[in-house]
Amino acid sequence: MNWVGRSLPRVEDRALLQGQGRYVADIADQTRSCKHLAFVRSPVAAGRIVSISYPEDVVVFTADNLPTVKPIRAALDRPDFVPIETPVLASSVVRHSGEPIALVVGDTRAEAEDLAEQVVVEIDATDPVIRIADALDPGAVSVHSELPMPMGANVVLDAHFSTEGLDAAMLAADEVFELKFRSHRQSALPIEARGAVAVHDISNGRTTLTASTQMPHVLRTAVSDVLGFPESELRVVVPEVGGAFGQKMCVPREYVAVVAVARHLKTPVAWIEDRLENLLASWHSRDHEYEIRGAFSRDGRLLAIDADLICNVGAYSNYPVTFGVEPLMAFAELPGPYKLREYRVRSRAVTTNLCPIAPYRGVSRPAITMALERLMDVAAGKLGIGALEIRRINLPSEFPHRMPTGISIDPGSYVESLDVVQQEFDLQAFRVRQKSALTEGRFLGVGVSVFGERTGYGTPAFAARAMEITPGYETAHLEMNPSGDVTARIGASPHGQGLATTLSQILADELGLTPDRIQVVHGDTDRTPYGWGTFASRSLVLAGGAVKQAAALLRDQISRIAAELLEARDEDIVIEAGLAKVAGTNSGVPLDDLARVAHHQAHRLPDGVEPGLSAVSTYDPSGTFSNACHLAVVEVDTITGHVDLQKFLVVEDAGQLVNPQIVEGQIHGGVVQGIANALYEELVHDDQGNLLASSLMDYLPPTVMEVPEIEIHHLATINDSSITGAKGIGEGGTIGAPAAILNAISDALIPLGVSVNEMPATPSRLRALIREAEAEKVMAI
Amino acid sequence: MTFESMELKINGQSHRVEIEARKTLADTLREDCGLTGTHLGCEHGVCGACTVLLDGEPIRSCLMFAVQCRGSEIETVEGLAEDGELHPLQEAFKEHHGLQCGFCTPGFLMLAKSLLQADPDIGDEDLREMLSSNLCRCTGYQNIVTAVRSASSRMSQ
Repeated sequence: MNWVGRSLPRVEDRALLQGQGRYVADIADQTRSCKHLAFVRSPVAAGRIVSISYPEDVVVFTADNLPTVKPIRAALDRPDFVPIETPVLASSVVRHSGEPIALVVGDTRAEAEDLAEQVVVEIDATDPVIRIADALDPGAVSVHSELPMPMGANVVLDAHFSTEGLDAAMLAADEVFELKFRSHRQSALPIEARGAVAVHDISNGRTTLTASTQMPHVLRTAVSDVLGFPESELRVVVPEVGGAFGQKMCVPREYVAVVAVARHLKTPVAWIEDRLENLLASWHSRDHEYEIRGAFSRDGRLLAIDADLICNVGAYSNYPVTFGVEPLMAFAELPGPYKLREYRVRSRAVTTNLCPIAPYRGVSRPAITMALERLMDVAAGKLGIGALEIRRINLPSEFPHRMPTGISIDPGSYVESLDVVQQEFDLQAFRVRQKSALTEGRFLGVGVSVFGERTGYGTPAFAARAMEITPGYETAHLEMNPSGDVTARIGASPHGQGLATTLSQILADELGLTPDRIQVVHGDTDRTPYGWGTFASRSLVLAGGAVKQAAALLRDQISRIAAELLEARDEDIVIEAGLAKVAGTNSGVPLDDLARVAHHQAHRLPDGVEPGLSAVSTYDPSGTFSNACHLAVVEVDTITGHVDLQKFLVVEDAGQLVNPQIVEGQIHGGVVQGIANALYEELVHDDQGNLLASSLMDYLPPTVMEVPEIEIHHLATINDSSITGAKGIGEGGTIGAPAAILNAISDALIPLGVSVNEMPATPSRLRALIREAEAEKVMAI
Repeated sequence: MTFESMELKINGQSHRVEIEARKTLADTLREDCGLTGTHLGCEHGVCGACTVLLDGEPIRSCLMFAVQCRGSEIETVEGLAEDGELHPLQEAFKEHHGLQCGFCTPGFLMLAKSLLQADPDIGDEDLREMLSSNLCRCTGYQNIVTAVRSASSRMSQ
């Protein structure tokens, strides 16, 4: 029986549906005598701390008395990179609004907040650097004036790359289109904000940090390093995590503080982030400006791209991936899957007095895909070629396809995805409808985007980024206990992706068991092998590959024992339906019985077979690309600037689907975050760096009313770049949706001469563009 | 700080609590009654993760003080399943993959329970409009709508 490929209900759900899931705030509420922390945060974006005062009876920690050893530091080993350290609490300078300056300990969160109001911080405010243009101004003050800044006052990364024939290709091209793009600051916004509880055990000197995180082992390393004790003294436990999307990947200053205080006071301590803190001072993302020139031949071939990319990465770095994660991903992956040969890019990170950035679902790809796919549509329009046709001309059909930056794209169904879109969406009929709507003053538009989603990459790909801390591999420990049940221990750390279900499906097929006989243990550094956690759409590929490899080793052990018990040869043993049998015979031994023998009658085992049944394997592949084509249909109200998203279609190829319902859930959720990026969500700051979207009344995640039915069609290109055949799919929805939606809006507004290259395309932005276009028309008359 | 001693009736059971008058119903359920199934996503009444039923009506438990609930019947997610048997809504969310991380799920379940109680034959548009009072960041809502629709037909059978 094949379990892979079936939409099994998830093993995770029964507890979650009954309110029995244990999230970090629940752990805090259930921990006896747990103290709560409240942080005193900077009310200004930039300034010097003059004094901090508080009543003597209030327990307050500042940079002066919090027992830390080092700042938080992660770096890239490259000459065009300036490493920036993050203090756990700001000491003399504050660099963004919401930066933690002091913390107060109370019996409850409410009491801690009351006490925090008694802490008086005097700050001598200075002029902040907020916008990219301000950061690059020749007279700009440096956000980090204490550091040497050889590339410019606020330039902390300046990466260059060019193929040899770029200039020649630009000169020889029939058409060169030059476009500017803007992606505004966003938040990953998990519905559960961040939080941590630390309990110190004086009997053994160990601390247990229960935290809402995507990377338990990395968190253990970072906290131990910063606080200066061996990792053996820290256990990180990850309870249920209420969504993360990248925001719980990097190490927060607050989690380090929680451990420091718990060890110092020898009392349980919790910090449960509230929504204001989460919007203000958790990680931000995707604050980018691009200038891109695209060179085309008259017949629609994309010949070259020349790009200048700038990312506003905020005041500090992040651990472990650094602020380089956005500019360097944009740098390496901007050309997408297209066949162009020539590519030049300059990608910069500028530091400003805003909250630091960290990965958010898709990282740079929602923005670079928006830019590239807008370029394709602009070229298609100018050259008189259809939007699908120009993509068909430029997409690869031979694999592996090598991007100009050297990244290798494994087999996919890029062209085929266009065919399916063409079958499923009657473009001609839409054009008729669009034309007749226009006569009534209604503006309909359709847009597509095509992209590859790089997923499931191991150490080799990360090593190319020259990271001091190089993630990649995943290890799985498998153990069959004497009752014949299997435990899989993994370093990946799922938080809503249903990985316990999908891994049990993979293992059930490999070990001839039903999935309910398999338990997946994750999110506990005392009980799992060192791993990199869950991010970058990697866990099914990496942890799935690791458990599959380990299962093969376990099968070998089972076969050797079965051969001994059945008096057969190892190679004649097959394992299926709970039995190890001699192929082609009725002679077999139930795995439950065999497991008893392996543990309890070790004297019956063949020579060279150790007692017990366990296996360890590490999977560290070079990576794979899933691919997709998205199509959006919109109606734009040109009077109000409102965009009504009427249809959304996804054709995707994730290789082997282990659990199709879970895959579709990832696509639905991803697309809706892409819709949010395209139309709604923006962390607006004023010129002084104050966050204006500081509640969910102002920062606008879509509700069900903003989301159309999402239609999904699957393709399956299976190759050996992933040993399970599965390709990651976690980010694709978010990567492709903004591009398709901005293309659709621009298509709708062709009659007005409006092209939309900025996201989110809010009503006020669309109205401004429409007014501008109208004014130009009047000028022309 | 002055503490009030009061009784709350939750899922048919009586809970005696000693609380400050300023304490929200959500915090009281979680900290004083051990009912941590009610989650807090924003604490300003927008996300709806903390939705519970007060005398059958959905309310944001982060926006009500516990002392306001004297004499009322409160229902939380912990009261949905009976004797280990999942409520049809819970079954439907499981079958249709109406949850991923599960954090917003208790709020959606309680909201859906109240609206199916009020109108078991609720139309699609009204259903979407009602469900738009809560936020989910994982599912994209599609499977939540499908699950509630499916539970409503199961419950009206």
